Amino acid sequence: MPSAIVNEYFRTKKLPQIWCPGCGHGIITRAITVALDKSNLNRDKICIVSGIGCSSRATGYLDFDTLHTTHGRAIAFATGIKLAKPELTVIVITGDGDCTAIGGNHLIHACRRNIDITAIVFNNNIYGMTGGQYSPTTPKYDKGTTAPYGNIDKSFDIPGLAAAAGATYVARATAYHANLLISLIQKGINNKGFSLIEAISDCPTYYGRKNKKGDAVDMLEWQKKYAINVTAASKMPPESLKGKFIIGEFKNTTEPEYTDEYQKIIDNIGKE
Amino acid sequence: MSKYEIRLSGSGGQGMLLSGIILAEAAIYEGKNAIQSQSYGPEARGGASKSEVIISEDEIDFPKVRSCDILLSLTQKSYNEYSPGLRKDGILILDNSVEYKESNTKIYSVPIIDTAINEIGKHFVTNIVALGALVSLTNIVSKNALEQAVLNRVPKGTEELNKKALYMGFKIGEDALKRN
Amino acid sequence: MKNKELLMQGNEACVEGALVAGMRFFAGYPITPSTEIAELSSEKLPLVGGKFIQMEDEIASMAATIGASLTGLKSMTATSGPGFSLKQENIGYAAIAEVPCVIVDVQRGGPSTGLPTSPSQGDIMQSKWGTHGDHPIIVVAPASVRETFDLTIKAFNFSETYRTPVIILLDEVIGHMREKIELPDISKIDIVNRKKPLVNKEDYLPFKADEDLVPPMADYGEGYRFHVTGLVHDETGFPSNNPDVSDKLIRRLDAKIEKNKDKIVEWEEKNTNDAEIIILSIGCVSRASNAAMKIMRNKGIKVGTFRPITVWPFPEKRLEELSQKVKAIIVAEMNLGQMALEVERISKCMTRIEKVNKVNGEIITPDEIIAKIKEVL
Repeated sequence: MPSAIVNEYFRTKKLPQIWCPGCGHGIITRAITVALDKSNLNRDKICIVSGIGCSSRATGYLDFDTLHTTHGRAIAFATGIKLAKPELTVIVITGDGDCTAIGGNHLIHACRRNIDITAIVFNNNIYGMTGGQYSPTTPKYDKGTTAPYGNIDKSFDIPGLAAAAGATYVARATAYHANLLISLIQKGINNKGFSLIEAISDCPTYYGRKNKKGDAVDMLEWQKKYAINVTAASKMPPESLKGKFIIGEFKNTTEPEYTDEYQKIIDNIGKE
Repeated sequence: MSKYEIRLSGSGGQGMLLSGIILAEAAIYEGKNAIQSQSYGPEARGGASKSEVIISEDEIDFPKVRSCDILLSLTQKSYNEYSPGLRKDGILILDNSVEYKESNTKIYSVPIIDTAINEIGKHFVTNIVALGALVSLTNIVSKNALEQAVLNRVPKGTEELNKKALYMGFKIGEDALKRN
Repeated sequence: MKNKELLMQGNEACVEGALVAGMRFFAGYPITPSTEIAELSSEKLPLVGGKFIQMEDEIASMAATIGASLTGLKSMTATSGPGFSLKQENIGYAAIAEVPCVIVDVQRGGPSTGLPTSPSQGDIMQSKWGTHGDHPIIVVAPASVRETFDLTIKAFNFSETYRTPVIILLDEVIGHMREKIELPDISKIDIVNRKKPLVNKEDYLPFKADEDLVPPMADYGEGYRFHVTGLVHDETGFPSNNPDVSDKLIRRLDAKIEKNKDKIVEWEEKNTNDAEIIILSIGCVSRASNAAMKIMRNKGIKVGTFRPITVWPFPEKRLEELSQKVKAIIVAEMNLGQMALEVERISKCMTRIEKVNKVNGEIITPDEIIAKIKEVL
């Protein structure tokens, strides 16, 4: 039996979803709906946009106005929607490859504009839909089907990238830390500006198997074991953070928002 | 004559584009058809730059100059480049800094740049002085229509200055007519 | 009352036409020789409460244009050469997702960066086949500043009527030249708006077509909660791998333009009644063709001109008729013979096809066409 949240916000006729058993994407997608539920928004004024990849299939299952776009372009489509109709709450669902490889340029410019969009990056460290090629967040020396001898690219720090590019709300949680994830997404939605929440997922089928990370439970255990909250991390000596990753809120600032700024142009022309 | 094909040439920054637009607009004020086009690109910045205007009583099909009736050249480079395209019975109007070869073409050498810089004191009115000289030498549009077009197209606040430039242009054109 | 006569640039007329058609959103990226369209849109749209955005690249501009259209705003983007190549990905998206939008391509010399400031007509085939897969497209090619104004309005009307991307194929000459234009009485211009759903929100099937093969379109934010995807989808809008669904969708998309061809196709012909030779050309080259025709007519040579105004769909029926009665058709185009391929296909060897091609960044001149006519005679 689907839960009340699933019944309310999912297109239940479209379930079951296509994700593999043990994939973290279901937990993250549910977290988005819980955050939306808690945000008390007009359901009909929410638009969810995704790109291409495993995570981007989420829009098909969510009962809102939804747009499943081309690879990497979700944020660019979302920018058009938000600027054209600023009263909409615009959410972007994207993956590590979609958002930071083919769509990396759109990401940094949306951050720079501080346009009021909340992007949730499902990071599973791999291109899942195409069968396990290394992505911009595959850890160095890990393997993918296109990195049979180990990946020699350095991996992206997505929150660091977004914060540096000008996003006003930046955070990270994991599929394991679902409650934290819900609260961070909710804060991201409430932020009037560009918000990026990295949601660490797990891909037991490709990344896990290729890199001997065990099954889904092992991978969630790993998330639990190696995640350090940002507050705790700030009090720890750097050497004890080795091999760990930080979760929590990294940036929460207020800056002029793009569509507001544009509206000012329109209004000021009228006054002149 | 029912159709004129005109090339206005100089170096990038001398305002040849705007003078072409003004000339075409003046023709329209007189109920004629006109087309203006220009060359773009690197040559619009320092090299030879040209603006083309075709004025006709009839419908204008081909929008580019095929056989040039009137050529204005403000620089040596633009004279060298575009004078071969001038008709044998065409009219050549040159800034007096340009050295030219005598030919059967009607040639007027007039102090356009000198007038703008030394008489008016503003190099940016060179194109308006040039237009004034060109129209008083050729009568392709009326002086009234030209003045109206100049005032319509120049930046607000520069109307008086441009009017002065235009009148100086008319005058140096008339002086050249008397000399020839 | 006679409307005021103005000296206007082709690119400017495009923006004026778009505003009359109801454009309220423009996303673009600077590129010569189309930039004036973005500049003017940025100036004029806020005056009517519309929105302009300069995106980070051409791909994003096309994406934002589609996104805005899904909220109900009439949207346009403009580009040239390399930018047109980049936009193809999302032009395909607009085609399969049936999102109305207008794309202006001010053609310049190619391939690649090519000749940024020089005219070309090298995108004739790309405008039809640029994105992958079979898909419908409407492409119009203006030959004057006034026609740029008129066809931009038509482009919006077509895009709204048929829920399809429409491409305005300008060239550098028409885009940049200024000529006399008398604007029509705007109150008398037909403006078409997309068909809205008439059913209850719960019963809305976003891709269920009416008899005209076009599905009514809801806006995002109106409560219909519908899904749009670039994947093959059924009437509900959700992806499907069912071969029948795919076949039905792709054939309907094609048919919605194909079956309405008679309402879309437009051309101009001059002196074709008694013509022995017809010069066929579009855009700026058609002006050279008309000049050449007049010169030849003065010499008593029976020359006519034929100008496709919609390049796609091509004015096939009429050209086929003409092919049966003329000695030769001279196809003059600023590429190596893209349109000639189509003319050869349609004329089915019923007449001689000759070509005038130029790819040096200069417009084809009347003299070059006349030289070809003399060769044919």
